[in-house]
Amino acid sequence: MNATNNDSTTTGSGNLFQSGKPRNKWRRRFLITAGVLGGALAIGTWRFYAERDPLSAPANFEPDDDEAVLTGWLKIDTAGNIIVQVPRQEMGQGITTSLPMLIAEELDADLSKVRFEQAIVHPLYANATLLGDGVPMRGDDDGLLAAVMRTTQFKLGELLGIQATGGSTSVRDAWPTMRRAGAAARAMLIQAGANRFSVPMGECTIANGMVEHAASGKRAGFGELALDAAVLPIPEDVALKNPAQFKLLGTPQKRLDIPAKVDGSANFGLDVRIPGMLYAAITQSPVFGGSVSSFDASKALTRKGVKGVFNLPATSTSAAAIAVVAEHYWQARKGLAEVAIDWDAGANAGHDTDEQKSRYLELLFDGDARTYDSVGDVDSALAAAARPVTGDYFVPYLAHAAMEPLNCTAVIRDGTQCEVWVGNQAPTLARWFAAKAAGLDSDNVTVHTPYLGGGFGRRTEVDVVMQAVMLAAQLPDTPVQLIWSREEDTRQDVYRPMAAARFNAALDSNGNIDGWHNRIIGQSCTAGITARLMPAAASDVMKDKTTSEGAFDLPYSLPHRRVEHILTHEPVPVGFWRSVGHSYNAFFAESFIDECAHAAGKDPYEYRRGMLAQAPRHRAVLETAALRSQWGAQLPDGHGRGIALAESFHSIVAQVADVEIVDSTLSVKRVVCVIDCGFAVNPDTVVAQMESSIVFALSAALYGEISVKEGRVQQANFPQYDMVRLANTPEIEVHIINSGTEHLGGVGEPGTPPLAPAVCNAIYAATGKRIRSLPIRL
Amino acid sequence: MINLKINGQPESVDAEPDTPLLWVLRDHLNLTGTKFGCGIGACGACTVHMNGTPLRSCIMPVSACTGQDITTIEGLRNGDQLHRVQQVWIDHQVPQCGYCQSGMIMATAALLSQNPDPSDDDIASGITNICRCGTYPRVRAAIRELASTATDDK
Repeated sequence: MNATNNDSTTTGSGNLFQSGKPRNKWRRRFLITAGVLGGALAIGTWRFYAERDPLSAPANFEPDDDEAVLTGWLKIDTAGNIIVQVPRQEMGQGITTSLPMLIAEELDADLSKVRFEQAIVHPLYANATLLGDGVPMRGDDDGLLAAVMRTTQFKLGELLGIQATGGSTSVRDAWPTMRRAGAAARAMLIQAGANRFSVPMGECTIANGMVEHAASGKRAGFGELALDAAVLPIPEDVALKNPAQFKLLGTPQKRLDIPAKVDGSANFGLDVRIPGMLYAAITQSPVFGGSVSSFDASKALTRKGVKGVFNLPATSTSAAAIAVVAEHYWQARKGLAEVAIDWDAGANAGHDTDEQKSRYLELLFDGDARTYDSVGDVDSALAAAARPVTGDYFVPYLAHAAMEPLNCTAVIRDGTQCEVWVGNQAPTLARWFAAKAAGLDSDNVTVHTPYLGGGFGRRTEVDVVMQAVMLAAQLPDTPVQLIWSREEDTRQDVYRPMAAARFNAALDSNGNIDGWHNRIIGQSCTAGITARLMPAAASDVMKDKTTSEGAFDLPYSLPHRRVEHILTHEPVPVGFWRSVGHSYNAFFAESFIDECAHAAGKDPYEYRRGMLAQAPRHRAVLETAALRSQWGAQLPDGHGRGIALAESFHSIVAQVADVEIVDSTLSVKRVVCVIDCGFAVNPDTVVAQMESSIVFALSAALYGEISVKEGRVQQANFPQYDMVRLANTPEIEVHIINSGTEHLGGVGEPGTPPLAPAVCNAIYAATGKRIRSLPIRL
Repeated sequence: MINLKINGQPESVDAEPDTPLLWVLRDHLNLTGTKFGCGIGACGACTVHMNGTPLRSCIMPVSACTGQDITTIEGLRNGDQLHRVQQVWIDHQVPQCGYCQSGMIMATAALLSQNPDPSDDDIASGITNICRCGTYPRVRAAIRELASTATDDK
């Protein structure tokens, strides 16, 4: 079954973009929508969906015999178990508990009777908030245009019907719909009980899984009533609880997924076992955009267990690769080492990130920038500065390095049905691209999503799905599990962009910021993923909010300001990495604000606070962080305390870091974190996500750097791409401010942005050394 | 055939002698609780016990495991009774994505069997597993609780 090497490969990377400037903002905005739609149409498996009917079950939603379907969001079995359909993927953020809690609350159900299932792929479960959040306008812009844009993008999200987990949107997107589903099911159960007891519905009550008629003493459990309730019409108007009535929401609940995660029984993508399954090991072009010139598989094919060696051409989403398929993974891996491959490195063999960095710093002077925010007269303010302050900042590329290396299991049966098992953040995309690789309609593709061993944005991509299905297409009726090695996972990522920034600030005679000019340079993650998923829609006309988020939407009062971004194109692919643009812009802006405070001779906390008169929620978060951290207290020599504030994904987070530096060795001793996410659905999960984000961001700040020489990523495994361990984890304290359900924000990402600047500001406080480049080098 | 003793059961597998124990557990014996993270013994996701001592199974050839007593996460509990590390992991709500947690729990169980009352320094030097979700604060709190329980027992 040796594949020949005469497949001509096509390069998937290179300069995919044509330069082109938008003629005006209206045209640009129109094109955002047109581009996404055009690209979706270009995929070929596209169709328009009706706006999501928020409650009724999809036609292919199939209950077991003892299960009653009460809306598309939950089933109740005859034993009274409530089985919630979770439309998002569990990658550690606790979503398989938080979303069932929304239903359980409105249903007045006992959470111990609640189970969850991964929802099938269907536009009912689309994430419309993800697109709604992409509008490149400030979050506090309440103007008509901003409102129209957000609504349009949200509606587009419904039309596209894309199920995806990202942008810290899951609770916000589900909040109205899943609560309504719970309330509707509650009404249906009460109606079924009233019918059973032959009493008016208004005389029945519901609590703890029972419907009761107090006057007659009649009662029946959910399990007894479920099948009757399921045939009733879904009520359109149901009253939702006032937050003051919540019993479950807002109280810490034990996660439903954790018992399976302490005994080895939780199934991840790598744990999928299908009868007759083979394993595949893969090596991909070491240079981005390269291809296979020739390969010799003769030795590998003699190895015991090896079933075939395959040349996988590059696609828009996946790199050129050689894969070895065998009975066992170790055989495949050893066989792969025996394949002699002659790579054509292609056009990017000279790429060097040191050169790229120098180029970025030069381009910051005179590059062609687009404006993301412009207020007042910055140039006059800068010219009139009582005290000018300037600073250049830099961050490198970063890999995601989720603990579970990328993998996907696929089979094509009878040449007509494709089945895919993959830990993924976007099952709709996985289905589209599996269909494309299989040459089938997406109706004939089933995607199963097991637990994700970490995602952080990486599992939005579909490269491993394309490759696994391409292999399955060559091995009819044979399931194959493709496993990337850790080295492949590190070297074939879509990286957090390298970015640099320049600040010019004008302080007035009181030290207050009068003028603020910030230029940022780097690639666009949105353009990157668009080029991979929808090459026909790839274009520079899309203004990408994610490049400048956390820079153009600062909460501080900056009377004259301009924030610009210079878009670059590099052979290194970029993608969404936990908190995306905020991950670097918060480091840049919150470090530079600190520089301004010190230049003004002011306390960095008081300085920030003084600029937040118009932002009371931000001010309250900052004040709470100062209070809880004993800001201002005397510290021993060699210690320092730093503060940072960042709003992202509609949540506001402040962090205070305490550091100790002994003989140029840094240790971060404590981080105090305060978050206002509006309302914490499961407060313990919010605490866990803050801890998680702090450790994640600390790894990046201390160690994170992906560098490229001669077109090749220099890091391969953990020793070169290191991580924080328990030994260098600070003590972490988290405080939650509930400012109201009308301010709902995300929690998966917003803890990440403030950490690096808080730590670097603490280093400055301890040593007087300003860190302007990550990772931190003392 | 290679003869092994896994979770108290004799097992016989047809694998090449240099196959790492990890892949024998996962692919031959379907014990998928032990995870692949790095393949070079750096991350600890593959931690099992060999004669009660923690072992990174991704770099241990199966041929070197003959006659040894191997315990995996599946064999840590005693019948229906969770191991106390597993229970305290639930009490402290330690796991997030959960992928590294089998290794983290096995490393902790081994640490505590060797040192029932570890200090913070002992915990830091004994638990070197990588967790990308950053569950370390809860891992530390859970082990501190077990350590304090050990002290109470004295």
